[in-house]
Amino acid sequence: MKMKCDHYLVFDELSGKYREDPEQAVRDDVEKHHWSHVLRTVLKDWRLYLMLVPMLLVFLFWRYLPMYELLGAFKVYDANIEVSDQLYAGFSYFKMLFSGTTSLSIEFWRAFRNTFLLSFYGLCFGFPMPIIVALFFNEIRSNIARSIYQVLTYLPKFMSTVVMTSLITMLVRQAGTVTGVEMGVISQLLVGIGAITPEVGAAGLLNDPGFFRAIYQISGIWETAGYDSIVFFAAIIAISPTSYEAAQIDGAGKLAQMRYVVLPSILSTIVIMLITRIGSLLNIGYEKVLLLYNPDTYVTADVVSTFAHRQGIGEGLVGVASAAEMLNNVVGMLLVIGANTIARKASDVSLY
Amino acid sequence: MKRRLEASELIFKILSYLFLTIFAICCLYPFLYAVSAALSGRSAVEHGEIVLFPKDIQFEAFAEMFNNNMFWNSYTNTLFITFYGTLWAMGVAILGGYALSKKRLLFRKGFNFFLVFTMWFSAGLVPQYLNYINTKDVFNSIGIMDDKWLVVIAMGMAAMNIILLRNAFEGVPSEIEEAAIVDGASEFQVLSRVYLPMCKSTLATVALFFAISRWNGYYWAKQMISNANEHPLQVFIRLKLEEFTDAEMMVGWDKAYASDSVIYALIVCSIIPILIIYPFIQKYFAKGVNMGGVKE
Repeated sequence: MKMKCDHYLVFDELSGKYREDPEQAVRDDVEKHHWSHVLRTVLKDWRLYLMLVPMLLVFLFWRYLPMYELLGAFKVYDANIEVSDQLYAGFSYFKMLFSGTTSLSIEFWRAFRNTFLLSFYGLCFGFPMPIIVALFFNEIRSNIARSIYQVLTYLPKFMSTVVMTSLITMLVRQAGTVTGVEMGVISQLLVGIGAITPEVGAAGLLNDPGFFRAIYQISGIWETAGYDSIVFFAAIIAISPTSYEAAQIDGAGKLAQMRYVVLPSILSTIVIMLITRIGSLLNIGYEKVLLLYNPDTYVTADVVSTFAHRQGIGEGLVGVASAAEMLNNVVGMLLVIGANTIARKASDVSLY
Repeated sequence: MKRRLEASELIFKILSYLFLTIFAICCLYPFLYAVSAALSGRSAVEHGEIVLFPKDIQFEAFAEMFNNNMFWNSYTNTLFITFYGTLWAMGVAILGGYALSKKRLLFRKGFNFFLVFTMWFSAGLVPQYLNYINTKDVFNSIGIMDDKWLVVIAMGMAAMNIILLRNAFEGVPSEIEEAAIVDGASEFQVLSRVYLPMCKSTLATVALFFAISRWNGYYWAKQMISNANEHPLQVFIRLKLEEFTDAEMMVGWDKAYASDSVIYALIVCSIIPILIIYPFIQKYFAKGVNMGGVKE
């Protein structure tokens, strides 16, 4: 540790005090980049650096080594050979994906389009919901009532994807023509209010490609709208009551208060959350799709990671699957970095 | 001074209660329905007669679950993975987060980037799969044959959680650390005696994030655990669901309860532990979200 007395002190005649030599910062900087200094600092402080080791190893082995396996996107896969020694395949897998004529390529573009669309609809329908919920929470003045609402609406967030998808599967299940088992209770409800015909309900909503996106979005809102409202609610309760009072004295109704008091106060939160959301447009959780889709609904449900799962892990087409995911994730990363840069420019706060 | 509510304010208030009530019911209903369907008699379930309350109550669907050794096996496996997985992840994250929180750490920016980059870019399922397969071989070759350890050690680390801890540690005033060092505390003592007690609520939050994700983990456990006896609960539920939802496959079903009831019973059993601790941990999660939100 560097002590204060290590610095060269110079006598400042104007103030009559000793002060730090301004050149000391430069000297420190030069010294800092010298390898022997680095070594000395690390050795002297070895306990601190030792603490980093487990974390670095975990990330190295199970986050960065897989990136090395991405080389497989340019290699002819052979399970018995190290990825670096496999035969070089060049960009042939990428060409296969881009060609647009083979069934594999058509399937890939369909998956890419579905990935984007699922996210985009999530942005349009899923993003405003937590804000609305937070506004409503703010109206509940009784703490007990609000806590009850909060406990109930956060609940779905803590259910596993398997439990959630199992419930969905059961609630919209198909009817059994032989066994006479009735369709799921939500299908019955939808038939009851005339939203779908009994035949569609009996065939099972999850077997109908036309319903997959709706089911995905609605269950997504059901799962996250309550929990995601926390951030917005925190921003809303930070607004000083005097702001409302001032608006009320000026004769502002509820809508005017929303427009001129609440909205400006939570705008920065909304912008940041929106930008993050845009940044993750290509990161679709594969578990939920994987657990909800089936060959009948691939048309609307298949996303890039489930495509890679089927082709790479299922069919053993490691090269093509790696190439597909690499394309998706590189574009996704550019979106995240772009979004973060914009967020920093827009509001002086960055997310990482 | 109590002011009379304007008409628009009153309408909005009523609207809020109405909306939140409906939304809360929607959030709760599927779980209540699952309980009722698990407890109802066969014809009531199969003919879709249950709306909210169970009909022709039976407990045999639960009994069948409880008599199934695989169910208890998978429950134990999930507890194992959740306990050791959380312990391991917390150990790594606390040490790493603590070191990263120190301004004097050389290459601090570099280490942070090393961490954050994994949030921006992931290699994808297939490379990760190949990597885990290799890891599994290594584990097997050093004598760890139980794939649960692979799930515990290799999976579930999240950069975001380490950053949450780092931010909390940065919030501890450095004077306290200096005082402890003057009193002769070593680095590890500073961490365990000063920092950990001061960041209790963040520690609780992060531990809960890890534990929930361990309890709920499905995909990699399914891919990597080859022995069915080692499957965690989520994999067990999914396999049962796949077995039972094909309506035509259940033609020969001759039990006194519907095959669906078994699935519902399983779902109910798997969420009961979460429901029990959920009211107590709920406030920590709310806190965690706000901590993780924005960092200047």
